[in-house]
Amino acid sequence: MRGKSGVIIGIMALALFLGAGAQAAEPIRVGAILAVTGPASFLGGPEARTLEMLAEEVNAKGGINGHKVELFIMDSEGKPEKAVSFAKQLIEEKKVLAILGPSQSGETMQIKGIAEEGKTILLSCAAAEVIVNPVAKWVFKTPQKDSDAILWIFGQMKKMKISKIGFLSGNDGFGQAGKGQVEKLAPENGITILASDVYDKAASDLTAEVTKLKAAGAEAILNWSIVPAQSIVIKNARQIGFKGPIFQSHGFGNIKYVEAAGEAAEGVIFPAGRLLVVDVLPDSHPQKAILVKYKNEYEKKYKEDASTFGGHAWDAFMILAKAIEKAGSTDKEKVRDAIENLKGFVGTGGVFNFSAADHNGLGHDAFELQTVKKGKFALYGK
Amino acid sequence: MNIELFLQYVVAGITYGTIYGIVAIGFNIIYNTTGIINFAQGEFVMLGGMAAVTFSRFLPLPAAILVAVLVTTAIGALIEILFIRWLHRPSVLRMIVITIGLSILIREVALHIWGESVRALPYFTGTSVTSFRLGGVYISPQVLWVVGISTVVVASLGGFFRYTLLGMQMRACAANRDAARLCGISAKNMVTFSFMLSAAIGALGGCIVSPITYVQYDSGVPLAIKGFTVAILGGLGNSLASAGAGMLLGILEAFSISLLPAAYKDAISVAILLVILFARPSGLFGSTEVTRLKEF
Repeated sequence: MRGKSGVIIGIMALALFLGAGAQAAEPIRVGAILAVTGPASFLGGPEARTLEMLAEEVNAKGGINGHKVELFIMDSEGKPEKAVSFAKQLIEEKKVLAILGPSQSGETMQIKGIAEEGKTILLSCAAAEVIVNPVAKWVFKTPQKDSDAILWIFGQMKKMKISKIGFLSGNDGFGQAGKGQVEKLAPENGITILASDVYDKAASDLTAEVTKLKAAGAEAILNWSIVPAQSIVIKNARQIGFKGPIFQSHGFGNIKYVEAAGEAAEGVIFPAGRLLVVDVLPDSHPQKAILVKYKNEYEKKYKEDASTFGGHAWDAFMILAKAIEKAGSTDKEKVRDAIENLKGFVGTGGVFNFSAADHNGLGHDAFELQTVKKGKFALYGK
Repeated sequence: MNIELFLQYVVAGITYGTIYGIVAIGFNIIYNTTGIINFAQGEFVMLGGMAAVTFSRFLPLPAAILVAVLVTTAIGALIEILFIRWLHRPSVLRMIVITIGLSILIREVALHIWGESVRALPYFTGTSVTSFRLGGVYISPQVLWVVGISTVVVASLGGFFRYTLLGMQMRACAANRDAARLCGISAKNMVTFSFMLSAAIGALGGCIVSPITYVQYDSGVPLAIKGFTVAILGGLGNSLASAGAGMLLGILEAFSISLLPAAYKDAISVAILLVILFARPSGLFGSTEVTRLKEF
């Protein structure tokens, strides 16, 4: 009797020991603040789904360096004040290693200081250049730079001999940051903005705005926004008989925006990452393999088209994972240093080369000029 | 400003105005029979649009719209029966809280059913680039559909309230609920009918404007705010006045863009709402006498 219970106790002790052994590899706590619902859900939705998919995948393989990833996704509904309280909660209560997101530039700018103060890595999925310029120690971002997108657009305008444009932008953080950059870069590039206006993200019809641009004699319209209302601009511009080219920002990179604008989207010119045109990308391109992998996995799992926005979250997650691997530690400082020294990392947005002076790591070549042909994204001029 | 540009702004204003007007009419119908403002009115518009997009996958467009309107009407009836019918002489404040709660509830349910993505019905005629020229002004055929269908709705509503027995019963309830009940009219049923009618009109509105404005689980709120502004502007309870007030607000908004940044468009409509509430609470076309007799 005694011997038997001794064996049982022995087994229990062994189980406890093994259990403790497995527990020793504590999970890596990663926070994410994304606009999963609300007006910017076009961004946050795919981003959140991408992160869930990646966490599942990584954990199924045994985690990073033997640590499972524990993901906390917070829905900011696109509201900066919510992003702020979630950032505090994630840093102070959940003690996360890093925060992925937010989805929008406005939200990111609001929590930049909180991340700095809390010494927590912030890998933003928002595009505006102000996020990483000037550089903040703990803040990184994965989408390409505004200014590079604008230079692609202005370069194309010069080729088309267009110098007088009408400019519209959304009143969100992305639109405002883009407006600042466009107004700054236009004179240096010989572009005159004849008329410009800012529209609300909840706008239902923008005929009056495009009428104003047309009346001012714009040769082309540049529409800088990341919210669905941008499709209304394209539609209304064509309805009032505007015949010139329409340029969009890299915020147009979701096929749903094309579907929303319908036939009016045909021929729209915009710079974007290569995820959208992966089908026509040559096999030799360094990004081809991971783009195909991400696109196929995402589309298989969620039965919807992959977008560049989900790709930004993919990049943020994988950069963090790579940095933890390289650092061989989950120490915040060491992981941060590893991100800053990451070179030649192939992501969906381009090939990242981070440095102390560049917390974005993407160059001018991360973009490709694209257009819409028969309701699908295509490389421009090819 | 040349004449063509002027007219183009007017057309834009009429488009906005009709959309606002049709939401405002929904407010008015329920207000007339119950004396309450149904803050979930915008959600009826959203439900109509969303349901029509879903049904249009299986059905031809007109049938999809019809089914969407019927489904939303049924939801309107259900809401009234479940949440409002059993209340005994509820206070205005209580009704406001209930309808705001309902609006949040419907929105969340819609989020779970349809997700956060934006949808739209196809253009009824042509595509998103089709437009025709009329005296130097470009007009999308969808605008004509919106204006045309709205006009028919306003006209048939007028006829319904004036000439049909059901319409007259509803008006009787609006005029004097107790007297109507003494005459054998079921006031409770009339309230249910009014919810059904305003759900139906909201849903139809949601279907016809969705090619222009798109529809998303939360697109009801901004529409409800504009519709409410217009209903107040026209004088609560008066459907024809709402249509007129909608046009007025729409055209004001369109012209405001030529002078001010577009971001001020909503500020203008809220400013107008405030001015009206202070200066003429009965609305532009309402009579002060009548307002004084109403419950609030």
